[in-house]
Amino acid sequence: MGQTVIQKETSQQTATRCYHCGETCDKSIAADEKYFCCDGCKFVYQLLQENGLCNYYDLSVQPGIKIKGKFSSNRFAYLANEDVIKKLLRFNDGKQSHVSFYLPQMHCASCIWLLENLHSIDPGIYYSKTNFHRKDIFVAFDPSKTTLRKIVELLAFVGYEPYISLKDGEKKKNKKINRSKIFKIGIAGFCFSNIMMLSFPEYFSSGNIGQETLKKVFSYLNLALSLPVIFYSASEFFISAWKGLRQKWLNIDAPIALAVLVAFGRSLYEILSGTGPGYLDSMSGIVLFMLIGRWFQDKTYDSFSFDRDYKSYFPLGVTIVKEGVEETATISALKKGDRILVRQNEMIPADAVIREGEGNIDYSFVSGENTPVQKNRGELVYAGGKQLGCMIEMEVVNPVEQSYITQLWNNNTLEEEKNKDRSFVHPWSRYFTLVLFTVAGSAAGYWALNDPTKIWPAVTATLLVACPCSLLLSSTFTFGNMLRHFGKNKFYLKNSSVIESLAKINTIVFDKTGTLTHSSQAIVSYEGKGLSDEEVVCVYSLAKESVHPLSRVIKNELLAKYNSEPLPVKDFKEIPGKGIMGKIKDRSIRMGSWQFINDDESATEFQDSGMVFISINDQYKGVFRITNQYRNGVNDMVKQLAAKKYDLHVLSGDNDSEKTNLEKIFGKKATIKFRQSPQDKLDYINRLRRNDYDAEILMLGDGLNDAGALKQANVGVAVSENSSQFSPASDVIMDSSVVNKLFAFINYAKAGKQIVLWSFIISILYNVVGLSFAVQAKLSPLIAAILMPVSSVTIVSFVSLASAFLAKKKGI
Amino acid sequence: MSVLIILIAVSIVVAGLFLGAFIWSVKKGQFDDDYTPSVRMLFDDKPVASKNSSVKSKQK
Repeated sequence: MGQTVIQKETSQQTATRCYHCGETCDKSIAADEKYFCCDGCKFVYQLLQENGLCNYYDLSVQPGIKIKGKFSSNRFAYLANEDVIKKLLRFNDGKQSHVSFYLPQMHCASCIWLLENLHSIDPGIYYSKTNFHRKDIFVAFDPSKTTLRKIVELLAFVGYEPYISLKDGEKKKNKKINRSKIFKIGIAGFCFSNIMMLSFPEYFSSGNIGQETLKKVFSYLNLALSLPVIFYSASEFFISAWKGLRQKWLNIDAPIALAVLVAFGRSLYEILSGTGPGYLDSMSGIVLFMLIGRWFQDKTYDSFSFDRDYKSYFPLGVTIVKEGVEETATISALKKGDRILVRQNEMIPADAVIREGEGNIDYSFVSGENTPVQKNRGELVYAGGKQLGCMIEMEVVNPVEQSYITQLWNNNTLEEEKNKDRSFVHPWSRYFTLVLFTVAGSAAGYWALNDPTKIWPAVTATLLVACPCSLLLSSTFTFGNMLRHFGKNKFYLKNSSVIESLAKINTIVFDKTGTLTHSSQAIVSYEGKGLSDEEVVCVYSLAKESVHPLSRVIKNELLAKYNSEPLPVKDFKEIPGKGIMGKIKDRSIRMGSWQFINDDESATEFQDSGMVFISINDQYKGVFRITNQYRNGVNDMVKQLAAKKYDLHVLSGDNDSEKTNLEKIFGKKATIKFRQSPQDKLDYINRLRRNDYDAEILMLGDGLNDAGALKQANVGVAVSENSSQFSPASDVIMDSSVVNKLFAFINYAKAGKQIVLWSFIISILYNVVGLSFAVQAKLSPLIAAILMPVSSVTIVSFVSLASAFLAKKKGI
Repeated sequence: MSVLIILIAVSIVVAGLFLGAFIWSVKKGQFDDDYTPSVRMLFDDKPVASKNSSVKSKQK
């Protein structure tokens, strides 16, 4: 057998690209001297052309989105159901309806333009407005002129299929954004700057303002301005401290609340008794800086959702057949024994048995396995699979809440609140508070013996100056900065406490398909008799007719080398799960499994799923072998991790065909397991945790099949090919292009802890200076007002510089 | 020196107006989306209108 490996040529410059979506294509589909990769793209172009919306193509190059597969006309039929409409609409008065959708495909300025010009395609739409960061669109329409279903169909047609899920239906209207934090900062900032301004005369005259009245006016104005700070802006510190105290737990907010209260109490006393100006400027400064720190740390990624549960994955509606009549119903209404219709590209919403038709189920979503599985009449299909072939009729065995996937999700036997109060800042704050009280107590003791009149000023000043705000600022600003640096590298953390968990990791569990390997890209190699140029064109033309993932891989591979016109295919036939066949000129060509090309059901040779055999005129020609390609840099990354003695594990849902390759990368020490079901993965993580209490596990996975394991690990990282794709519930969402940087990310998280420790030391130095004034009862408001902002500014600038510097050093 | 008191009152009122403007703008959602409006304002309407009319005239 001669061996020819088809090599990829760099024919990118000469390749024709689809005018709409930019995919390489041939010149068979054209309109207005523009070429398209498929009819879908051409239809979208023509629709935009007719409505004068071709500006879409001028704003960015090839902005369109390829429409995968064809929509069956009933795909969105459930949107005509009154219940569903009621759930989705945010507002409806009969004349105007409002609805908003999440559009994960939105990606450029052209998208915004097209989506905001929908009214020129459908006159029933009043206007539409997008929010690019949240990737959502708000549509106001006239329900008498157009319907919800029509709008969704239009959006799907132009390539922006809205993501409509059960979850949306449930929690739709409480979408009010919480802006109270911004108000609190605004008001604290306003009061702080005005109090500061009114305190200047006091400082510059070193406490001797000539006119008594002016002095009084300043003090009382300051007091008035401080009221909103203490009663509104600082309220969250008091609430949190009080909650902690009620549970007999001294949290980090307790010393802050104490400092603010003491400062306010003493200032109130001084102003009312006319003995001094008080420390109101320091107090409002503390509140302002702390609030800014919190806000800075709470950066959220609007377009990501870290808490998806199974409900976000399922469609809202389903077609039920009752006594021969088709009806749409919400999927929560599905009962055992219901007959449902599942069309091409629809997801199976509940565990069900096939009654009519042949299933060709894509389980990639559940198991990570790319190749579709064939299911015959009478076989059970689990929820979560996608039907690729023609329509099938199924009988529901388990309702949605009890399906296999859902059960897995709700498996909470070991569930504990992750990362709750495990932060290393919290033990510090307790320690800090104890030291603080000791210092204050000994100062009080000293003055009780020497000069009892100074007890009160010394104690209050101590509590005030030692406010752990610099301590807290250092962690909030460090973690906030690090979140930004991680985000710049497409490593999106759910919140800042994940950084601390990440720093503790010592065990790493990888999923294989889609995580270590590309899920879309594959290496195609051809073995067998050489194909003549004409034969290659025939194979290409045949593969082009099919939407099966393997055909598409072969088509793209051949297109890269032979950029020629496809030939017309006659008698094309696709047999799900087996292969495709057709006639081109005088050749009859078959591509598919070994059994298929030999027309022999009993042949069991070559069962490997990644092989496509070719025969021309019933003559065996050769085989395309499609293997997974490991992501760039995975090898080096694993070597680095192994060198640092991380405990490595690989759990794969696939068969063990990749065993030798994986062993080469991971070495002898790592555990590698194949054919792991989602439940196996979950159990494996649990076993690791039970066997070794010190194990801090990071699980890296994609797909729903890893969802349970991701949830159970200390840090679950969801790898996503495309940030707009849906990823399972996790602590981190990571772009697949940066998987090789995992080692650097963990190192950076560790470095973050160092930064916080160093800045603690700086803040302690400031505290020593401040306390030395305070215990001597010599802390004037002026010293407090200088010390407090200077220490905050030093710490904030130190942590910003240090985190930027270390990010560079760690290769992030 | 009582003129100082008037000046201070005026300054606080002016600052308060700005605070009010800030709160109003946050409430109106002006800080919710800091990207889309910057793109939206660059879209030209003119070419669309002309193409639209040309299509319509063809239909006639």
